[in-house]
Amino acid sequence: MEYYFKTQQMSVGYQGETLIHDIEIGLYKGEILTLIGPNGAGKSTILKSIAKQLKLISGLVYLDKKELHHMSGMELSQKMAVVFTEKIKTELMTCEDVVATGRYPYTGHFGILSKKDHAIIDEAMELVHVSEIRNQDFIKISDGQRQRVMLARAICQEPEIIILDEPTSFLDVKYKLEFLSVLQELRIRKGLTVIMSIHELELAEKVSDKILCINGAYVDRFGNPEEIFQAGYIKSLFGIETGNFDEENGSMELEPAKGKADIFVIAGGGSGRSIYRKLQRERKTFITGIIYENDLDFPVARALAAELIAVKAFEPVNKVILEQAQKAIDSCSKVICCRKEFGSLETANKKLLEYARQNGKEVEITERLGSYGKSHYDSGNDVRCRKEFSCGRTLQNNEAGWVQGSSV
Amino acid sequence: MSTMQKSRKYRYITAFIFLGIGVVIFLALNICIGSVSITLLDILGTMAKQENNETLSRILWDIRLPRTLAVIILGGALSLAGYLLQTFFHNPIAGPFVLGISSGAKMVVALVMVFFMGRAIRITSADMIVAAFVGAMLSMAFVLLLSRRVKGMSMLVVSGVMIGYICSAITELVVAFADDADIVNLHNWSQGSFSGMTWEHVKVMTIVVTVTFIAVFLLSKPLSAYQLGEVYAQNMGVNIRYLRICLVILSSILSACIVAFAGPISFVGIATPHLVKKIIGTTKPLLMIPACFLGGSVFCLLCDLLARTILAPTELNISTVTAIFGAPVVLWVMATHRKERTV
Repeated sequence: MEYYFKTQQMSVGYQGETLIHDIEIGLYKGEILTLIGPNGAGKSTILKSIAKQLKLISGLVYLDKKELHHMSGMELSQKMAVVFTEKIKTELMTCEDVVATGRYPYTGHFGILSKKDHAIIDEAMELVHVSEIRNQDFIKISDGQRQRVMLARAICQEPEIIILDEPTSFLDVKYKLEFLSVLQELRIRKGLTVIMSIHELELAEKVSDKILCINGAYVDRFGNPEEIFQAGYIKSLFGIETGNFDEENGSMELEPAKGKADIFVIAGGGSGRSIYRKLQRERKTFITGIIYENDLDFPVARALAAELIAVKAFEPVNKVILEQAQKAIDSCSKVICCRKEFGSLETANKKLLEYARQNGKEVEITERLGSYGKSHYDSGNDVRCRKEFSCGRTLQNNEAGWVQGSSV
Repeated sequence: MSTMQKSRKYRYITAFIFLGIGVVIFLALNICIGSVSITLLDILGTMAKQENNETLSRILWDIRLPRTLAVIILGGALSLAGYLLQTFFHNPIAGPFVLGISSGAKMVVALVMVFFMGRAIRITSADMIVAAFVGAMLSMAFVLLLSRRVKGMSMLVVSGVMIGYICSAITELVVAFADDADIVNLHNWSQGSFSGMTWEHVKVMTIVVTVTFIAVFLLSKPLSAYQLGEVYAQNMGVNIRYLRICLVILSSILSACIVAFAGPISFVGIATPHLVKKIIGTTKPLLMIPACFLGGSVFCLLCDLLARTILAPTELNISTVTAIFGAPVVLWVMATHRKERTV
């Protein structure tokens, strides 16, 4: 199969100055490519160059085996649509008027819309749910609505490929998901190829067939999400110094507090995450254990705990680790236990709680039911919310929840 | 067709009828009112050649009618030039006068006039238009150069006003060195006035403005794309460079034509497109271009009528009257524009 969209040693930049060298992209028809990278890395520059808004410094771009450079403006306009971040200022134009401008490449000399054009406009507005605001003035709607209107406009253009610069930035969770679903639907229904830049890494991972990582000077990686989202890569691509990004779950954690830990958290089965984050907010350092490596709590604990006592997945807790945990409890004055009841396979944590009580530590048992619901708000990772919630429910029904933890 | 689209269509039709009636009524008023009153019956009479009232016929055919027609054509052209410049610069307070284009045209025309008059050579209206066009393009070039450096609509306008001042100063200087006899003539013209129009003038301006108008109208589709900004216009296949060159040339021709015949006239170019927009309720170029033309005609007919009648028999300078009506509109546009941006 041949690539539908291809770049060959493409170099892009402004006014003859190269910003990014030798970009090689290959996309099959109907694939979704996202560009990720730090601010100012050149994502918009690449998108603008592909959309012929900027002159290429060197190299070639092929669209459907034809060189982009040799395509007339009219020809390209029937194949490629764009949604850029530039705010457009309109006057006395309704949303429908703006959407209708997408029909430009298909209308006659005076741009008068036919019945067919109107039908396509209606369909596009229906698809991105802006039909209700069709008669409102475009400058008086919200940023999120405006973004959707611009997508409807692009859809109207009946493109084969669509270029979007940070399309989800102004959208709330609901519309973020909806926006990306619409793109997926268009790709299935019409074989639309999508190239977009996106800031939400966790979304990029889910929606993309291919990802292009740019670091400001060159393309650092180009491949499918599994290749890109390898442990530690995002941290290095973005040069993250404070806080952490977990590639496996696509979740972010803030920088943990520093200093000697005085609290030991007994957790497992996803029950500890909200407590970890609460402690981080209160700038308290803590030690946590004993956590299986495939537990939901594990990535958060790894990012936030001063010390993490963990066990390999599906392995029993041996004596050495138990003693290590007991020693850690000795060094703390307070123990928070996130587990109200222990399953038959998590006897180690049960022993730890007993140990803490025997040694006269201040023990606090947190409500698990409440903490689940709360953690979803706290996570700041809205997209995964629902999934995790349903997972949480299964965990409640199944005390050996940690076994399922890794399946998320 | 939805009810919204239907009601909009009615609005467009109503607006055009309104503007059309405006032109007709003011055309009649402009012909009838003056130092000598002419009734509609008189006009019919002279047309039928039944009454041989020589004076009345002369006033009507040689003075009132060519002047009124010139006002209609030049007023429309002025408003259209303003609309094109506003679209070109994406700037609601652009116009041939504020951007110094009229003054540039005036300067070159004054230079040419003084030069030719000094050598007793008769200048044709075509010569005047060419001279004005050169001047307009000169100013336009300066404004374009500046517009690359200065961002923001107010700065651009300030630059234009500065260019206008420079050109006016040079014009004044030229006038000061001209022969006494020419000064009166030059002075009147350089203040802006519709007086002294002949059928010859009307003929030339009709040809120039009609051709330009058709060219502008044919650009209405790319203009509609250009309104969304250059990024989207280009994506829709508009040749931006070509369109921009066309806009510069066409707006300069229109401005030049006005200056050549009537001198610089302020505020019509800025104000009328906004008034027309409010009347018609859309910015679609396909509708705005003809509506702007009609609106400019009505506006100038009203202003010229007032200029001639308020202090009759003395004639007011046309820019005085256009400023009275136009300047508040500009202020209103600036005030409301700010508001919308912060929303």
